[in-house]
Amino acid sequence: MADPFLELIDISKSYPGVIALKGVTLSVAPGEVIGLVGENGAGKSTLMRILGGVAAPDHGGLRIDGNERAAMTIDAAGKAGIAFVHQELNLFDNLDVAANVFIGREPRKAPPLRLLDTEAMRQRTAPLLKKLGADFTPASPVADLSLAQRQLVEIAKALSFDARLVILDEPTSSLTVTETNRLLKIIADLKAAGVSVIFISHRLQEVERCADRVIVLRDGRKVGELTGAEIEHEAMIRLMIGRDLKSLYIPPKAPPGAEALALTQLRTSAFPDKTVDLTVREGEILGLAGLVGSGRTEVARVVFGIDKQTGGEIRLKGEPVRIAEPREAIARGIFLVPEDRKQFGLLLDVSISQNISLPDLASYANAWLIKPAQEDANAERQKRRLNIKTPNVGVVAGALSGGNQQKVVLAKWLSMKPRIIIFDEPTRGVDVGAKQEIYELMRALSDSGVAILMISSDMEEVIGVSDRIAVMHEGRISGLLERSRFSEDNVLRLAVGRPLY
Amino acid sequence: MLKKDLGLLILILVVSATVAFINPRFLLPINLSNTMNLIGLYGIFSIGVGLVIITGGIELSVGSMFALLGVIFVDLLSTYEVNWALASLIIVITGLILGALHGFLVTRMGLQPFIVTLCGLLIYRGVARFYTEDATAGFPFGVTYPALQWLTTGRTLGIPHSFIAFIIIAIVMGIVLHRSVFGRYLFAVGKNEEAARYSGIRTKRVISSAYIICGGLAGLAALFLTLYTRSISPATHGNFYELYAIAAAVLGGCSLRGGEGSMLGIVLGTILLQVLQNLVNLLGIPSSLNFAVIGAVILFGVLADQQITRHGGLTQFFRRRPVPQAIPEKQG
Repeated sequence: MADPFLELIDISKSYPGVIALKGVTLSVAPGEVIGLVGENGAGKSTLMRILGGVAAPDHGGLRIDGNERAAMTIDAAGKAGIAFVHQELNLFDNLDVAANVFIGREPRKAPPLRLLDTEAMRQRTAPLLKKLGADFTPASPVADLSLAQRQLVEIAKALSFDARLVILDEPTSSLTVTETNRLLKIIADLKAAGVSVIFISHRLQEVERCADRVIVLRDGRKVGELTGAEIEHEAMIRLMIGRDLKSLYIPPKAPPGAEALALTQLRTSAFPDKTVDLTVREGEILGLAGLVGSGRTEVARVVFGIDKQTGGEIRLKGEPVRIAEPREAIARGIFLVPEDRKQFGLLLDVSISQNISLPDLASYANAWLIKPAQEDANAERQKRRLNIKTPNVGVVAGALSGGNQQKVVLAKWLSMKPRIIIFDEPTRGVDVGAKQEIYELMRALSDSGVAILMISSDMEEVIGVSDRIAVMHEGRISGLLERSRFSEDNVLRLAVGRPLY
Repeated sequence: MLKKDLGLLILILVVSATVAFINPRFLLPINLSNTMNLIGLYGIFSIGVGLVIITGGIELSVGSMFALLGVIFVDLLSTYEVNWALASLIIVITGLILGALHGFLVTRMGLQPFIVTLCGLLIYRGVARFYTEDATAGFPFGVTYPALQWLTTGRTLGIPHSFIAFIIIAIVMGIVLHRSVFGRYLFAVGKNEEAARYSGIRTKRVISSAYIICGGLAGLAALFLTLYTRSISPATHGNFYELYAIAAAVLGGCSLRGGEGSMLGIVLGTILLQVLQNLVNLLGIPSSLNFAVIGAVILFGVLADQQITRHGGLTQFFRRRPVPQAIPEKQG
């Protein structure tokens, strides 16, 4: 491997109350693909902020092309050819692809007006897109592009800066299998062209497939570096958490009971010509797998009364019901833990206590006047029961970590009488420790007779947690697997619409 | 009491003390009583507008409503000789209906509150002017309505009834806003309408209710204003009053993004605005500068609040609820 052009040497950084990084050293050679893994809070983001010049290290320094410097600046990072593709894509979807690639440095026409030279922008964008094998044009509006396509736009933008190092932060978390494969291919192409890549991901299989070298961070320290054949799923996990991951599956105490929720010929507006048939029984966790966009969330939204049911029947314990709004679902004990908790699950700048009481305020009120003491008392109970890590329940929900926020969403529903809980991506953005707690809680709920429908795109989760798995493909259930037939291969085959052997 | 309210109270006291020092007439009972009357008149509808702002909406049409409801009220009393109590009831109900209409257009038709109420502002003003053919509507000479006049423009122990009505409404609505389930819902839809809906709140109903309450309070304020001016020139009556209400709410800590504000803040905001008006009069500042002074004070107040909030300082000191723990690192 060639000599490194970029080195971070013995970097330390602390924020009030936390040591974010401690003595981390990282070098990047041309054409090298580095996987950066670690749990949430391990220090990956801080390291990247230092690399991008957004934060300055307290201790340590950098070397770019042999020149030492104490800290990076945003400007210097750009000049050194470091380009970021962020987890939340920073694109303007009201503009076209070329305008996004050249945002802030648009080619202009002649003075005096110096109007935008749209032609030049598009001409210069076209070869970049071609290089990436993009199936859209420089003139395509970003609003019409899929998430994967938008990611390509970001990468094209990075290339337009003649990037020598492209940093991909969780690039595959919302991609389908085919899209992920294509991205990995693009990473290989970048590598062949001498561009280095830092690939930050929780998806270890993908890291395994593309990285030349893997750096594992834990609690702000570099705890391991794997190269070549050492790069292997189990080894990474062991380093990340410092222990072997115990099996996720907790068997139910009793066999599942009666049918709790049954959908027959249910139609959603997303797939008007497809119907869904699905049964969830009391005391079981039914996993609902499938690719992003296969219509799983839409089913949840109809059952919870967010979207209109366009056909078919919903039965609760055999009794047909119509659910026109969330209020009616909640009244029947059907609760939803939404995928995007910041947008739909919580009021971020409201206290934990008031978030928890919101769906059931009337029971904390006496003649319409709320009793804050009762709200707080219940919130305290839930805090202890769910192990919500917070000094007190008056703290605003937005100040909590992802896992604790998810526990607050759960606490809302557990304060009431759940019969059916739909979890939509229950552990997205939740760290490993809190994940396990959430799984244990789900099992405890199902053992108490609650029916659980768990939508998940995380293969490990679907296979590890579910009692049965239903797989969706393009708006319909393509198959139902019992535990004996659980395998990654089977779930994937059904998810892409192929038959099982 | 939040630190915002405390700051506002201090500002009111400082401004009042300064004015009183420069011009002792500020403290004359007649001046105080007049100022209280104005506070009451403006405060009643500012509370309604404040509620709408807390839901994340806006209400621009109250000034025009005063013109329209005013001319109808005068007409009911003088031309049709309707009993004053019945006429008053009709006016308040009309206000409620207009509010319901705004709520319907905003929540069911999905129109933006700014547009709905801007159209209201234009339409009600236009209809009012057409109704009287642009003439001033007044009560016939020599006719009096003793009970109605006593209720709206009378005083008890020197305190104007409009002020008493304002305080009663503020207390009731303060309890509704800060202690009741409905009040909590108002804040919740203002903070995050979608999350509120996912928590089973009937958000459309809650938002509509805010417009309806606002319309009802505007109807009530229209009665007080009509009896206060005793004649309505439909082209100018109530002009800019919606902006006074918005200004009071914003000064009082309501965020135009919704989800924030307090009843005490709205009350103090109204008081500050009227004290400033009084200041302009008493200090011999040309009345043409009136708006400029008020505009400058609002700008200064909001700016100061922002700076204080951003840099901690007073915020930390006066904050009652616990300071949120900073998250050291973003996820990922």
